[in-house]
Amino acid sequence: MRAVSVGSECRRKEPRRWVERHRLHAIAVMVAWVVAAPAGADETNVGSPAEIAEAAAVVADAVLAAERERVGIMARAAEAAVAIFAGEAGGGSGVLISPDGYALTNFHVVQPAGLAMKCGLADGRLYDAILVGLDPTGDLAVVKLVGRDDFPWAALADSDDVAVGDPCFAAGNPFLLATDFQPSVSAGIVSGVHRYQFPAGTILEYADCLQVDAAINPGNSGGALFDATGRVIGINGRASFEKRGRVNVGVGYAISANQVRHFLGSLKGGRIVDHATLGATVATAEDGRVVVSDILESSSAYRRGLRYDDEVVALAGRPVRTVNAFKNILGTLPAGWQVPLVFRRGGQQREIEVRLAAVHPQAELAAIVAGEGGPRQRRRPRAPGKPPAPGEEQPPGEGPGAPGPQPQRPEPPSLPEALRGLHEARPGYANYHFNVVERQRVAAAIAAHHRLERPAGPWRLVGRLVDGEAFRIELSDRRGSIDLPTGTTTVDATGELDANPSPPGSGGLLAALLVWRRLLLDGPDPLGRTTYWGAVVAAAPGAAHAAVYADVLEAAVAGVEVRFTVMADGAVAGIDLWMAPDADPCEVRFDAAADRAGNGLPGMFEVRHAGTTFGRFRIDEVVMEAAAETAPAAPADDGGAER
Amino acid sequence: MTSHSRRAPRHAAWLAVLLLSAALPARAATPGETIAGAARSVVKIYGAGGVSGLEAYQTGVLVNPTGHVVTVLSTVLDSDIIDCVLDDGRRFAGRLIGADPRREVAVLALEGEELPALPLAADHPRLAPGTRVLALSNLFGVAVGDERVSAQHGVVAAVVPLDARRGAYEAPYRGAVYILDCTTNNPGSPGGALIDWRGRLVGLLGKELRANASGVWLNYALPVDEVAKAYDDIIAGRATAPAAVSTERFDPAALGVILLPDLLDKTPPFIETVRTGSPAAAAGLRADDLLVAVNGRAVPSRMAVQQALGALAVGDPVRVSVVRDGAIVDCDLGPRPAAAGAP
Repeated sequence: MRAVSVGSECRRKEPRRWVERHRLHAIAVMVAWVVAAPAGADETNVGSPAEIAEAAAVVADAVLAAERERVGIMARAAEAAVAIFAGEAGGGSGVLISPDGYALTNFHVVQPAGLAMKCGLADGRLYDAILVGLDPTGDLAVVKLVGRDDFPWAALADSDDVAVGDPCFAAGNPFLLATDFQPSVSAGIVSGVHRYQFPAGTILEYADCLQVDAAINPGNSGGALFDATGRVIGINGRASFEKRGRVNVGVGYAISANQVRHFLGSLKGGRIVDHATLGATVATAEDGRVVVSDILESSSAYRRGLRYDDEVVALAGRPVRTVNAFKNILGTLPAGWQVPLVFRRGGQQREIEVRLAAVHPQAELAAIVAGEGGPRQRRRPRAPGKPPAPGEEQPPGEGPGAPGPQPQRPEPPSLPEALRGLHEARPGYANYHFNVVERQRVAAAIAAHHRLERPAGPWRLVGRLVDGEAFRIELSDRRGSIDLPTGTTTVDATGELDANPSPPGSGGLLAALLVWRRLLLDGPDPLGRTTYWGAVVAAAPGAAHAAVYADVLEAAVAGVEVRFTVMADGAVAGIDLWMAPDADPCEVRFDAAADRAGNGLPGMFEVRHAGTTFGRFRIDEVVMEAAAETAPAAPADDGGAER
Repeated sequence: MTSHSRRAPRHAAWLAVLLLSAALPARAATPGETIAGAARSVVKIYGAGGVSGLEAYQTGVLVNPTGHVVTVLSTVLDSDIIDCVLDDGRRFAGRLIGADPRREVAVLALEGEELPALPLAADHPRLAPGTRVLALSNLFGVAVGDERVSAQHGVVAAVVPLDARRGAYEAPYRGAVYILDCTTNNPGSPGGALIDWRGRLVGLLGKELRANASGVWLNYALPVDEVAKAYDDIIAGRATAPAAVSTERFDPAALGVILLPDLLDKTPPFIETVRTGSPAAAAGLRADDLLVAVNGRAVPSRMAVQQALGALAVGDPVRVSVVRDGAIVDCDLGPRPAAAGAP
């Protein structure tokens, strides 16, 4: 068995479109059949031409209306399809997901193209596009088309709603046929859901993917798989091939829209993102249980209590019944996410929160993106010892037309005029320019939500812990202090923060609140090395498409690493502060809904550290002094804060 | 252009059609429901193989609640341990209880009770070309444990006698098969269920074979009535011997046809003489006729004639086509004899 990526290919051109048209007709027959089935006599072959003819005579109008609607849906979906051309290096497909030109495609489509590419749309026009973000492990990439702010686009569906048998269709650029940029449409049904397809080495892993019998051929890579209503349920990128050659055999695979959603924030932030590892492997025990077969003592899971031979019951809210299920869940999660894990030991069940580590060292990922053997290397990396599959080779992309730019290089002089100013090179990033864009967007949201400005005096947060005991927190540019029933602790805000995880047991609450105050007053940029990290699920009310995503800013401030979780409205929902790498962070979770003081600040927050709750704080009063700290205490300038 | 994607409700097309069908006697199951129902009876089979292009896995279909599984006779079953994994993840040891070597159908027994079965309808009428079907199979081994086998959709493109080979080997079956317009016959697919859109078993996906005429890989299924006959023969103990099928050469002299001596690599099959009183004489064959086809299969050489006849079962009707004076003449030679006649 082999399943290989089908992206960049191939200058061989074949008249295949009639096949796609033929499939459109097949849909009409399928629709007709649903009507015919109940009426059909048992001795008649179900779906036979005679039966269809009989049924069509009765309800021809409805069938034709359904058919017209379907053709219309396909035509509109096709408008969002992108034909990606990477010169001699091949090309593939993509799909626009927003009117400002962001498009999804496969990593293996854009990797040989480098930084800039030409993209054709169904309107017959050719647009310049620039690389934004890369996910080599998940075979995803985001590019941005330029030249319009009203691109046709398609929305992402909840791919967990997709069921086997659902009609679906692909729109893309198979065999790079679309010299007029008109996408080819191929229809089929969903053949399987939650499929796992092993990676090539450590990258191009297709976890929890959709399997379809719609024709997925070389060149379809990166294009969208649509549901019957024209929403994107996946990104086509892989197919099983065997002895019949490198063409569709009715077994294609698409990266699920829900996995795309997990990574979309980081990708739009220009990053080269990595996938997650639990720091533990699992295996099937003789009795069928999925048990931990190995675990790193440095892993978050180990620190939270997971041990060898524990049975893994659920991960990230989904049940784990097979090793494939475990890989499926883990394979769709970005490194750095915090997810619940349920395990069982000796009949007792426990739930822990684990932080997922990165699969690759960053340098390794950068090497993969650069093409392993150097900037001219055009072939996908292959696992050592893995024999090349038939047709797995990609066109080598040699010759004078081969594009020079590589993601890790500084902006090359060959960048088209339309893309000037849209690229900034930085290690770890596919295109740091877009990180700046996202960071500025989040900074503007924070500023608009809180409207706090310098000069500012000390802040006093006074209230009660949930058990009724009083607390008092004071934060200023010089120092932070907290009065708790257990005593008073102080942190010097002018020096390094990593030496003082006060109050004891919190993991660094005062440091976290001091950095938080600076963020609200000064914005993210003056904090230190501040970057846009990506997005995380802030609330998951059941359906994946309804999940609320929050932006995350990362900063290195005064010796500590901090991540702020920022809601779409600019409210800061959480702080994670690491006193040292690989240590357990101090986790502050604000409850924005409980804003009693009416100044944009939360009315309540919870502090967790090392798997336990340090305290839950109810804020009764926030006093923000306007004057400098050296000045005598003045009345709180609420007007200034509220302005 | 704005997002169009939420304008149309999910499955709007289906919905419209279902509303219109309200006046009809019963609601049709959705394709998903049909597939989910039938897939409960589809078994992932793991046995011998995994070397030199031979897969170690295939598919089978539970045909009665006490655990009989029909599948394709193949090298996968050449194993002391045949693992059978049901749709719900339950794992059984399969025991080969017999095979029909001509139709290449085998029956495995699982030690189970009240298993979900798809009935084998011996009297099911042959599907007409154009009939919509679904194929459920363990293709490429992508589904493991309790993961559901893959579903593909297609149309019966033709109902024709099988004339195929796998590599250098002949497929012994020469009866009718359903040729499908979709790629159903992949590694692991053999023995998969071909169902109609009501979820009824209408065929068994065959091996990976290439058409003799064109060399293309075939996507085909054995009709359920043939599967039922094979099953009945196996259970009744009638089909355990290779039913006088031979892929060896058969000299047409037994039918009264004496060909030119085999002097070249590919001696054209010209008839030298026809023995008087033989089936060939009765059918009107003459000296100097050039044989071009045996039972619809092209025979470019004397050797090909012998092979084509050898591939037939004893008693199978023999029909030949010859070129005589620039025209093609078809002749019926009656049933194939049991053994080669006098040289």
